[in-house]
Amino acid sequence: MTSSQTLQRSGFDINLAAVGLITLLGALWALFAAAFAPDAAMKGQSWLILAGFLTGLLLVVGAIARGGVIVDQSEYNEDLIKAGVIASLFWGAAGLLVGVLIAFQLAFPVLNLDAFGFTSFGRLRPLHTSAVIFAFGGNVLLATSFYVVQRTSRTRIAGGVWPWFVFWGYQFFIVIAASGYLIGITQSQEYAEPEWYADLWLTIVWVAYLLIFLGTLWKRKEPHIYVANWFYLAFIITIAVLHVVNNLAVPVDFFGSRSYPVMAGVQNALTQWWYGHNAVGFFLTAGFLGIMYYFIPKRVHRPVYSYRLSIIHFWSLIFIYIWAGPHHLHYTALPEWAQTLGMTFSIMLWMPSWGGMINGLMTLSGAWDKLRTDPVVRMLVLSVAFYGMSTFEGPVMSVRAVNSLSHYTDWTVGHVHSGALGWVGFVSFGALYCLVPWLWKKKGMFSKALVDWHFWIATFGILLYITSMWVAGIMQGLMWRAYNELGFLEYSFVETVEAMHISYIIRAVGGVLYLAGALIMIYNVYRTIKGDVTETDEAVVPQPALAE
Amino acid sequence: MSERTSLWSDLHKKLFEKNSLILSVGILVTVSIGGIVEIAPLFYLDSTIEEVEGVRPYTPLEQLGRDIYIREGCYNCHSQMIRPLRDEVERYGHYSLAAESMYDHPFQWGSKRTGPDLARVGGKYSDEWHRDHMRAPTSVVPESIMPAYPFLETSELAFENVQANLRTLSLVGVPYEAEHLEAAVSDIETQLDPFAEDYDGFQARYPGAVMRDFDGNPDMVSELDALIAYLQVLGTMVDFSTYEAEADENLR
Amino acid sequence: MSDNKLEHDDHTGTATTGHEWDGIKELDTPLPRWWLWIFYATIFWSVIYMIFMPAIPGLPGMSAEGDHTRGLRNHSERANVAAAIEALEASRASGFEALRGASIEEIENDPQLLQFVRAAGESAFGDNCATCHGAGAQGFVGYPNLNDDVWLWGGTYQDIHDTLMYGIRTEHPDTRMSIMPAFGRDELLSNSQIQAVSDHVLSLSGLAEANSEGAEIYAIQCASCHMDDGRGDRMQGAPNLTDGEWLYGSERDQVINIIYRGPYGVMPGWEGRLDDATIDALAAYVFLLGGGEDATARPTGQ
Ligand code: HEC
Ligand code: HEC
Ligand code: HEC
Ligand code: HEM
Ligand code: HEM
Ligand SMILES: [Ca+2]
Ligand SMILES: [Ca+2]
Ligand SMILES: [Cu+2]
Repeated sequence: MTSSQTLQRSGFDINLAAVGLITLLGALWALFAAAFAPDAAMKGQSWLILAGFLTGLLLVVGAIARGGVIVDQSEYNEDLIKAGVIASLFWGAAGLLVGVLIAFQLAFPVLNLDAFGFTSFGRLRPLHTSAVIFAFGGNVLLATSFYVVQRTSRTRIAGGVWPWFVFWGYQFFIVIAASGYLIGITQSQEYAEPEWYADLWLTIVWVAYLLIFLGTLWKRKEPHIYVANWFYLAFIITIAVLHVVNNLAVPVDFFGSRSYPVMAGVQNALTQWWYGHNAVGFFLTAGFLGIMYYFIPKRVHRPVYSYRLSIIHFWSLIFIYIWAGPHHLHYTALPEWAQTLGMTFSIMLWMPSWGGMINGLMTLSGAWDKLRTDPVVRMLVLSVAFYGMSTFEGPVMSVRAVNSLSHYTDWTVGHVHSGALGWVGFVSFGALYCLVPWLWKKKGMFSKALVDWHFWIATFGILLYITSMWVAGIMQGLMWRAYNELGFLEYSFVETVEAMHISYIIRAVGGVLYLAGALIMIYNVYRTIKGDVTETDEAVVPQPALAE
Repeated sequence: MSERTSLWSDLHKKLFEKNSLILSVGILVTVSIGGIVEIAPLFYLDSTIEEVEGVRPYTPLEQLGRDIYIREGCYNCHSQMIRPLRDEVERYGHYSLAAESMYDHPFQWGSKRTGPDLARVGGKYSDEWHRDHMRAPTSVVPESIMPAYPFLETSELAFENVQANLRTLSLVGVPYEAEHLEAAVSDIETQLDPFAEDYDGFQARYPGAVMRDFDGNPDMVSELDALIAYLQVLGTMVDFSTYEAEADENLR
Repeated sequence: MSDNKLEHDDHTGTATTGHEWDGIKELDTPLPRWWLWIFYATIFWSVIYMIFMPAIPGLPGMSAEGDHTRGLRNHSERANVAAAIEALEASRASGFEALRGASIEEIENDPQLLQFVRAAGESAFGDNCATCHGAGAQGFVGYPNLNDDVWLWGGTYQDIHDTLMYGIRTEHPDTRMSIMPAFGRDELLSNSQIQAVSDHVLSLSGLAEANSEGAEIYAIQCASCHMDDGRGDRMQGAPNLTDGEWLYGSERDQVINIIYRGPYGVMPGWEGRLDDATIDALAAYVFLLGGGEDATARPTGQ
């Protein structure tokens, strides 16, 4: 391996200049906001933003001083992936921790610590959802997509300094969004809560991400584009479209935090759930299917089950997903014709989703024995099974009659977390367990037994979580609509609140277990990176360098 | 089992897998169709929003209350959308109409009912009850799991710039006229005072708006004033005596 | 790497597509039949469903009635819920019919009607009243207990009914209305005077030493509403101060606070929000909680 001194560097080029300019402009804006912000929240946050941009500027200057960033075409950029792995673990732990906290708040409301204000459930819940989806999930997607697109294109990532801009710019976005929620800056549209200036910043970062990804595909050494990259590309393009349209808003003041969305009422609602549903479809599904398509065949050394299935399910999945948003608005004031489309397209979405599951699971044919010997494979396989389960449950919940019961209840929350903990979480953990020894060039993880512990503890946690939420949700739905024999509503609302108590405790315990699993993983990764690996894991095959 | 790939997979291989730009365009086109077909008609179909009497823009105080509702994340636990289902209509009142949120930027329909629906909570409780409830929910509902918001009644409402808020809203389509904007700041204090000088002007601008001191402390314009003003207007605007729910054009 | 070199996978016997990326190959397995057929079935079912239900939006400029397909079933959830509620009301009509105009005695003596009133009242009470008066109607500070026979405005069936219809201190023209002054805030009495009169009021139920200054102030300022003997006046909703029941609490601080700021308990009116039949049932339900007075009266105005 070449030492880093001899690696080719970019020098002070147009890319570094552009990134420098962006951070400079950002810092200027933040300075003005600090001076002229009309609202206290923005006044406070502008200092954080200023600090962020100044740090960025410092990093740029540092890079210039070192002769630019490494652009050596004979090596993959693995430092970037390492950073992504660490960021994923960090945000994963943070997001799960907040999840556990809000789960306990619903069981024991004293934990809202009312005197502070910023610790109340209403402010922490978006912090949890954004932290797990965008911070944890997003970093896993960044890291794996950068890894996969380099490897399956057999070329170094394109764009010089820009991949680093995307990585740090994305972390910066997370910090702005999360700190904003705590001090009450939010647009309130679920999964799109960050305010206009954070949205704008994410747009810049995302366009850079798209261009880097495309640029790497352009200079690929393989004649064909691998299926994982189709999914990553669909994820990146579609999220860009969704993000821009759903966040159209007019700021009240160019230096203030508040904005009002361009759309109102029913149009706003459908646009939001067109976005919300496809955040699930493209962020939590398409992107993670990209992960599945690379890491499962890689780990089990088997060919992907069916190329033809991958084509059909890819195109049908992305075509149909877009239509299904109205299933979040059944029985609302959204016109019924739109609800019908949402429902029918959700039903038609079942098989395209299962196409991914089949391709994931059947890739193991000829390697099923690895389920016994390799806990990482077990994790990956269970994640695909949970994917299959939640994409069956989803169409069922989309049926209007079922949704009239499940909507607004914890059944939805149970569904979310079977997808989130089971599918998104486990496929991410599986991929990270693959990446760590590969990137840090180890013979295996520090402890395979701890991987096993992680698997079992977290699995048990998921079971507690989703079963308690099914019970709570269905019970709540039934209680709301229960009539006594004389034709009067049987339960008052607060009686249904009381009835949730036990389920909320069980869910919180499930969450603690899931978090415990993640902490075990972090410890294991830490020891691995530190170099405490003693045993060789035959499942971990070293990955070839680019020049080889 | 066939030795060759099928015709379409050959085509796919030549077209989409060879050229990332064609693949990108293919993806973009594929994902655009559904959204356009579903969203665009909501802007031009007449049947989307019912014709009703009474829905007016929020008063400046109500609008700032709404901003606090959003800031505190009340929508995480409370829906504002009564579905046309028997039990909901009995529990919460008439099902919600699209017209009722036509000036809501952003909408607050919600997706989870940890607490009850609030679409028609306006007028259901006294201001004092809301005060007690926001200060400490368990003082009136011992079973409640809602967080307490004791700081709202001690926080001054920042309303010097409320005119900019209304102006922005008028930019995105809320019918605030020049006179609404001019009076925006003074309307905050006017609404809090049932004996205000500009009573008539205020009522002309915001017909039917409730005018009183909401937080029980006439000496201070608090965030709680604004929040309660907002809660008390929820679901009260539509004049259901003139609305024919079962007229064909309203059935959809 | 190689392009289009078809290989066989030994385990499955299937050909690969001939490509390889970073060591990953793909099998050329055909689409699973069951998968394809279920996919077709869902598409088929969806098309049928769209034919029967409102589904396809029209193009710009189409008339309001025809601006989207209504489907063969001409389905409307709004029409359905109207019908469902009508059916529900029809099923309850006989009960409400019997309640209409019945006196409390008649209700109490008709077990079926009694059961009906209890069910109707309990159901409406849970979501509308319990939030203030408590799930067991036991009340909280500022929100009266409805189980006992202490009434601010009267405890006959008719009194309770009026209270429910128009509320207390609401905007309704027929609301029960009376306002105790805020003696402290409006500077009608000094702080020391308020303390003295508070002690006097507390002494009426033996909770403090009597004092002459307080008694004097009481006679001038308070007796017009709470009466000379402190037994209150239901015409004005002025509570009895001698019965040991305290709406706003019996601690000295609480009493001082009330006299300082003037109580202003608001009970919402339910006319229009709840239908008249439900209000009848609620009034009877509250009456039957245990504190009702003068069982022969029946609500007028029905
Ligand atoms: C953790 C969830 C949660 C949050 C956050 C929350 N609430 Fe609640 N809310 C509840 C629950 C549970 C109830 C029912 C029990 C009760 O009345 O306290 C409730 C009841 C209410 C009611 C009474 C509704 C009725 O018809 O009885 C109002 C009004 C209300 N909340 C307003 C708010 C406002 C305003 C906010 C934000 C500032 C808020 N809530 C935040 C859970 C929540
Ligand atoms: C916003 C809170 C609130 C709600 C909701 C509410 N009440 Fe009340 N209610 C009060 C208050 C406060 C009083 C006492 C008013 C006063 O101080 O004079 C009261 C008084 C009463 C009284 C008169 C008691 C007396 O001693 O004269 C009756 C009867 C009553 N309520 C029944 C009901 C019923 C039945 C419901 C439901 C339909 C209901 N209340 C809902 C707050 C409420
Ligand atoms: C104009 C009539 C009026 C006058 C004068 C008046 N009160 Fe009252 N008082 C009321 C009414 C009405 C209430 C009940 C208010 C409510 O329920 O919100 C009340 C309530 C009270 C209570 C609370 C009782 C409880 O059960 O907690 C106290 C104590 C009291 N008054 C003391 C006084 C004293 C002392 C004075 C003279 C300094 C006084 N009042 C003068 C009408 C009056
Ligand atoms: C075929 C696939 C799927 C369909 C048809 C589907 C359908 C649904 C339905 C009907 C709801 C309830 C909406 C409501 O009543 O409010 C829902 C909620 C949700 N689903 Fe799925 N689902 C699918 C797969 C997934 C997957 C794989 C995930 C992954 C994590 C997921 C995440 C979510 C989330 C986060 C919500 C909650 C949205 C909110 O209310 O905030 N879904 N889904
Ligand atoms: C330790 C594990 C976790 C715990 C204890 C937890 C807990 C919670 C709680 C309590 C809620 C609020 C539910 C409500 O409002 O009633 C919630 C919502 C949510 N969580 Fe988690 N969570 C965990 C992990 C995750 C992960 C890993 C993801 C995604 C990758 C996720 C995504 C979500 C989403 C999307 C919602 C919103 C659901 C909706 O709106 O319907 N959570 N979570
Ligand atoms: Ca946003
Ligand atoms: Ca939600
Ligand atoms: Cu969805």
